[in-house]
Amino acid sequence: MIKLERRAAPSSMGLVLIPVIAVFLALITGAIFLYLNGLSSPKGITWGQVFAVYGGMLDGAFGSTYGVSETIVKAIPLMLCGLGVSMAFRMQLWNIGAEGQFYMGAFGASWLALTYPELPVYLMLPGMVLLGLLCGGLWALIPGIPRAYLGVNETITTLMLNYVAILWVNYFIFGPWKDPQGMNFPLSKPFEPSAVLPTLGSSRVHFGLVFALAIAVLLWFVLKQSRWGYEVTVIGESPRTARYAGMNIKKNIILVMFVSGAIAGLAGMAEVSAITQRMQQGLSPGYGYTAIIVAWLAKLNPFAIILVAILLGALQVGGYSVQTTGVPAAIVFMIQGALLFFVLGGEFFNRFRIVLKNQGKVEV
Amino acid sequence: MTESLLVDMRQITKKFPGVLANDQVELQVKRGEILALLGENGSGKSTLMSILSGLYRPDAGEIYVAGHQVSFKSPREAIKAGIGMVHQHFKQVETFSVAENVILGSKDAGFTMNTKQVEKEIAELSQGYGLQVDPTAKIWQLSVAERQRVEIVKMLYRGSKLLVLDEPTAVLTPQEARELFQVIKQMTTRGQSVILITHKLNEVMEVADRVTILRNGKSVATRERSQVNERELARLMMGQDIIAPTKRKLGNLGQPILQLKDVSAPSDSNRAGLCNVSLSVREGEILGIAGIAGNGRRELAEAIVGLRSLTGGSITLCGKDVSNFSPREIIEEGVSYIPEDRLGSGLVPNLGAIDNLILKEYRRPGLGRGPFINRKLAKEFALRLIESVGVKLTGLEAPVKMLSGGNLQRILLARELAAKPKVIVAVYPVRGLDIAAAEAVHQMLLEQRSKGAAIVLISEDLEELLKLSDNIGVLYKGTLMGVLPVTEAEPEKVGLMMLGSQPEEVKAS
Repeated sequence: MIKLERRAAPSSMGLVLIPVIAVFLALITGAIFLYLNGLSSPKGITWGQVFAVYGGMLDGAFGSTYGVSETIVKAIPLMLCGLGVSMAFRMQLWNIGAEGQFYMGAFGASWLALTYPELPVYLMLPGMVLLGLLCGGLWALIPGIPRAYLGVNETITTLMLNYVAILWVNYFIFGPWKDPQGMNFPLSKPFEPSAVLPTLGSSRVHFGLVFALAIAVLLWFVLKQSRWGYEVTVIGESPRTARYAGMNIKKNIILVMFVSGAIAGLAGMAEVSAITQRMQQGLSPGYGYTAIIVAWLAKLNPFAIILVAILLGALQVGGYSVQTTGVPAAIVFMIQGALLFFVLGGEFFNRFRIVLKNQGKVEV
Repeated sequence: MTESLLVDMRQITKKFPGVLANDQVELQVKRGEILALLGENGSGKSTLMSILSGLYRPDAGEIYVAGHQVSFKSPREAIKAGIGMVHQHFKQVETFSVAENVILGSKDAGFTMNTKQVEKEIAELSQGYGLQVDPTAKIWQLSVAERQRVEIVKMLYRGSKLLVLDEPTAVLTPQEARELFQVIKQMTTRGQSVILITHKLNEVMEVADRVTILRNGKSVATRERSQVNERELARLMMGQDIIAPTKRKLGNLGQPILQLKDVSAPSDSNRAGLCNVSLSVREGEILGIAGIAGNGRRELAEAIVGLRSLTGGSITLCGKDVSNFSPREIIEEGVSYIPEDRLGSGLVPNLGAIDNLILKEYRRPGLGRGPFINRKLAKEFALRLIESVGVKLTGLEAPVKMLSGGNLQRILLARELAAKPKVIVAVYPVRGLDIAAAEAVHQMLLEQRSKGAAIVLISEDLEELLKLSDNIGVLYKGTLMGVLPVTEAEPEKVGLMMLGSQPEEVKAS
């Protein structure tokens, strides 16, 4: 007879094994769809060709300097947004609004770059960073404050505000900020060089990577070594105990939402400053949503978030690179979706163990 | 003998992390009888009934239904065996009609529902038992009492031979409760059995044929209703062998430390919270608070430690008005709190011993500079506390929820007593603990008393109160019935006060 037993503590092996198995299963799921997709083509497809697609993706993402740098470029916003949402998730605040916070951060930075283009670089870039953080953080406070004081469900409000943020930015690039030389495309004027983050050599890998690594270390340190990090941990684990210990839960909800949004806002600033170098439509291909997968796959561990972001960045770059062979790029999103599905499904095995036995035995 | 037994639960044991909820419990239900299951909150009634109705599975023990051994894997299997439970919180779909709720989840509901047929059957059932229910009404239109009837009808419809009612009168007015009792008496005349979970003695006397009493997870007694009185039931429920308090020397009581004046506070369900409670605890005094669950014990504790806001009155600490201070301010005034739910609100289950031990200390400069916690100092601090209470831990990082109940409570006490508190509020401090652990906890409290702390000890165990307290106050429906010196607090007298008698009346009787 099969029976489920609740585990007293999540198994330590599971913590590592489950994400690995989840990645594996997601790739298999993707392979099945690739195979089915290939069947409909006139030439048909073999399993060997399916796995060649994965090989091509791997090669595209890591096989050349260009591939590696593109992978990191895609990973930077995922790292930052992932770190941002992980902070909120730690307190069981389901901030799925990193996408909107990303856009608002980019908006704030762009505003400075476009309104005061003559600012010297030593004022411009710090100013843009500051505004990116501030706008992202404030945007997250809009759902954060009602959550803290009225218990308004932040999952819904953060999600809805993503659309508001995107439309807000669209208004500017279709309207007041539209580049007169932009051939009517929804783009702002390009930034002055003083508003562009430095890059590593001639590659597109930019200073945002330093932001991400620094924030990962900072978050880890704050959570492990600071009084505030301790409060966040306790509140996330057991709000009742936190109240009992005299912790101010409302204040911390607001603070954590701000920090969470600010980090996602910084991601938006880095992207707009270093990559597009102007505000434009579709700045993010859904980094804020993918970041949720990153944070969960990484079990909210700051350093694991860096690694997982690179993995998912590689997946995107690899996906683009195999497009030329006729594989739909949408396969990337499918694998991402399958990943989240398997990771969340795997949580089940973390909490329960499956026991095969005939009779309930006693353990005292 | 056996064939007259509908249900026979033998040696049922169920452990939860840190708590022994049921310890070799015995329970028998005869056909056509009303059995009251009496016990304090936390005595294991609900766990036992959840086992019987298939929600939990016992760690040990056997269950027989009509002579056959059963092992329910789900509530559905229990229902199939004729055991239906009516929970305190009804599991109903508000926008569905009564009939739809009744067939919801039942096996014979196919893809399409023959609502008309079900409605007819429900109408017949409710007529037969005097349960007034309109099968076409939507749930949201119904009162709580009506919803309860729907649950009962649901169980009858599914062919329950045994109906388990979990504190059914908690949500009812006295009139509604009387109607409900009529209904369940009616059922027994039709051969059905009923288990009535309750902690109200008058209900037992009113409807039960027999009563089984649980205390601290053990079944302490089963009696025929005709052979007991309320007084004896109270004695069994609170503590069986109450030793008459020895004429022990009372402590040297000093200045009043904690004073409550006309304190009123709401309860969670807007029923009796606290009404105009006034009391005073002096230096080196243990004030015991007795009272049956739901009469304001928890509210009193929470009001003192700042977790429940006052609607009236004032609380002073060493002469300083601390009414409606935040929990944090109260902690800073030197008040320690040992809460009822030690794992759920006193500790962080998934964190290790260190993180749990610094819970009240982490803000103080002793553990690090500025905004940081010095992990080395935290570890030393934790080790000191662990040593002071003599707990053996396998690891300082292992989640504390893995610890036994006794060790959990020692950790919690170590933390709460570390800051040399002026006031200690302890709620059921030994509930669920074995004798050795309970004794250790008592010694710690007595030690604090001799150090001059003012202690409010809230307990359901009269024996514990009589053993430790200098004075005993009794709460009934949120009011303090009086405070007696322990030398005058005879168990019977306190017991009657817990049922609502004034101390003067008790003396007169």
